Amino acid sequence: MRDPQATAALSAPLPRALKDAAFAALLSLGLFLPLVGFDTVTNIRNELILQTRFGLLAVIIALIAAASLVNSLVVAPWRARRALAEPKPAGRFAGELAKRFPPIALAFVFVYPALVLTLVGFQGSTKWIDNFGIQILIYVMLGLGLNIVVGLAGLLDLGYVAFYAVGAYSYALLAKTFGLSFYTLLPLAGMLAAFWGILLGFPVLRLRGDYLAIVTLAFGEIVRLVLINWVPLTNGYAGISGVPRPTFFGIPFNASDDGFAAVFGLTFSPIYRTLFLYYLILALVLLTAFVTLRLRRLPLGRAWEALREDEIACRSLGINTTTTKLTAFATGALFGGFAGSFFAARQGFISPESFTFMESATVLAIVVLGGMGSQIGVAIAAVLMIGGTELLRELDFLKHVFGQGFDPTQYRMLLFGLAMVLIMVWKPRGLVATREPSAYLRERKAIGRDLVKEGRG
Amino acid sequence: MSAPLLRVEHLTMRFGGLVAVNDLSFIADAGAITALIGPNGAGKTTVFNCITGFYKPTEGRLGFLHGDAGLWDDLDRLTARGARALRRPAGRLFLLERMPDYLVAQQARVARTFQNIRLFPGLTVLENLLVAQHNPLNLASGFAILGVLGVGGYARAERAAIEKACHWLEATGLIARADDPAGELPYGAQRRLEIARAMCTDPVLLCLDEPAAGLNPREKADLNELILALRDGHATSVLLIEHDMSVVMEISDHVIVLDYGIKIADGAPEEVRNDQKVIAAYLGVAEQEVERVHAEVGL
Repeated sequence: MRDPQATAALSAPLPRALKDAAFAALLSLGLFLPLVGFDTVTNIRNELILQTRFGLLAVIIALIAAASLVNSLVVAPWRARRALAEPKPAGRFAGELAKRFPPIALAFVFVYPALVLTLVGFQGSTKWIDNFGIQILIYVMLGLGLNIVVGLAGLLDLGYVAFYAVGAYSYALLAKTFGLSFYTLLPLAGMLAAFWGILLGFPVLRLRGDYLAIVTLAFGEIVRLVLINWVPLTNGYAGISGVPRPTFFGIPFNASDDGFAAVFGLTFSPIYRTLFLYYLILALVLLTAFVTLRLRRLPLGRAWEALREDEIACRSLGINTTTTKLTAFATGALFGGFAGSFFAARQGFISPESFTFMESATVLAIVVLGGMGSQIGVAIAAVLMIGGTELLRELDFLKHVFGQGFDPTQYRMLLFGLAMVLIMVWKPRGLVATREPSAYLRERKAIGRDLVKEGRG
Repeated sequence: MSAPLLRVEHLTMRFGGLVAVNDLSFIADAGAITALIGPNGAGKTTVFNCITGFYKPTEGRLGFLHGDAGLWDDLDRLTARGARALRRPAGRLFLLERMPDYLVAQQARVARTFQNIRLFPGLTVLENLLVAQHNPLNLASGFAILGVLGVGGYARAERAAIEKACHWLEATGLIARADDPAGELPYGAQRRLEIARAMCTDPVLLCLDEPAAGLNPREKADLNELILALRDGHATSVLLIEHDMSVVMEISDHVIVLDYGIKIADGAPEEVRNDQKVIAAYLGVAEQEVERVHAEVGL
């Protein structure tokens, strides 16, 4: 009982593959000739002159033709063979991996700074701990917070960065004005963000789906514009500098006599502060994950998920959907506020430029890529997305290939989009495409994402 | 003798120019199965939506009673006072048309099912029944604040909730599928699960919107038994919308017939079955009638 199409693909003849490759090359010639083949440059007399880049064009077309050949000679037969083969039962290895992965990942995150310090030494490791470790963990935290709103409650929120901004500015302004410590202001900033979450929640309660997304998007922009234009309070575009940095429970990280290094008898190095910040954000991430995990197994979390599945059924069961939605907005905003105040404390400087729509989109992409509602998925997606873009800065060797003018970071958005498209083709419901039930009678069976709804707001 | 549980008085629901329900009055008795029948588009589901608070009636009063029948005397006073409910030691009296949908379920304890099944397909069968017990459980978890901190008696409350869910899963024959997602159940089982979920809210009145739609004869017989068991074993009154006469005539204590939003018959199943107006509404006008009309207009 062989599928004739699959059989045909299995024995893909070479001439046909060549024809396909030639067609792909022709198509890409048409597409890339105006885009890549010609380049306009201003010369020394300020004249615009047309240059041709046929070499680069040829390289691109050759690559595409080769990819087409590989696809029809290797990939397509392989896929056809796999389609013909008996469907394998879900691998036990994959199940084991899924069970073991979270503790292993957690252990790795704990020893990561030590690993970096031993491998790279004191001098080079700031970059790896700060740019990779702390940066990624901030986004994990934002992703986990937004996951409550989008993944669990099914409310599409495009303005999440507003709460991040509220948290950051709350910390910066209160710390600078009143001299309160980071540990007092962290919960306060979180609560202020949660308050703004409720404030946003009220007007948008009646909206669903696309309309909700548009209004939350506008909310995020309003907050940013207020930060830009309320100059007496926020100092506008110039931002707020000299934001107090967190101390080691009262001991500052500086070179003075009562600084951290002196107190503990170490030679001064900025790495101690970086290490401390790393473990601080790690603790915040774990707090977020723990609280979300607990909430999911409580009636409130279950009501969020029920709300995502069917709001009318929820109301018929006596669930007050208004307060349930507001708690989702408030809880998500709370964690966004925590992340924001940590961000301000880590940077020491904040400006409205850090809170653009791009940030909201990145965090939403992390949640969607990870698999809505899945915590471990969100963490993996944050590592891929943020770590991936940071990694682009490290690809200096590409300059030897493409010339000195080549800057890999400029291709960030291109790669970002490509990765999104690929993952959505490969795993349309995100990396972790199952839902863990919050309660069970005999055995905990993961639920396929095709049954789980995405929510319509 | 049974007392009125739900009093529908002069209920009218208009959608723009369309009158879906017109001046409908009826009484559903406590401990009885009351059926609401009528052809398609007669306004049955609209009546349900008004009773359960999903629609706000254009006109009319919906009185609902917990406890002593003597409280009905206070109905006019409650209406005049403009309040939603009256609390007395002898019981409580509600005006359902003044309550939002979730309070109808939460306080008046009127549960409902839907004509087109509305389960939570991505949650397991057990989770569906736990969501139905949200309000008592949420209170037990201290509105999630104590629950997150891990203090308070939430674990005990959840065990009790799971026990109750198991009771209803056994009653509906779904216990073997407790850990499967609700969306994977076959159609008949989804209908039964929706009833089990509604029963988990401990309703005083259960409103079933076409529970037998799409069921085969054996499933229908099982459903009849289940509904009778709800009435006799759990003292739950039932308000039923149904097209299937084998269900309606067999189990109902009282039948109300609607046609174009107007009540055309009201009584015991036997009386209604032989009512000429009901037969005309369901089967169209009799053959002789058509001939007579033809003769009158000269065809």
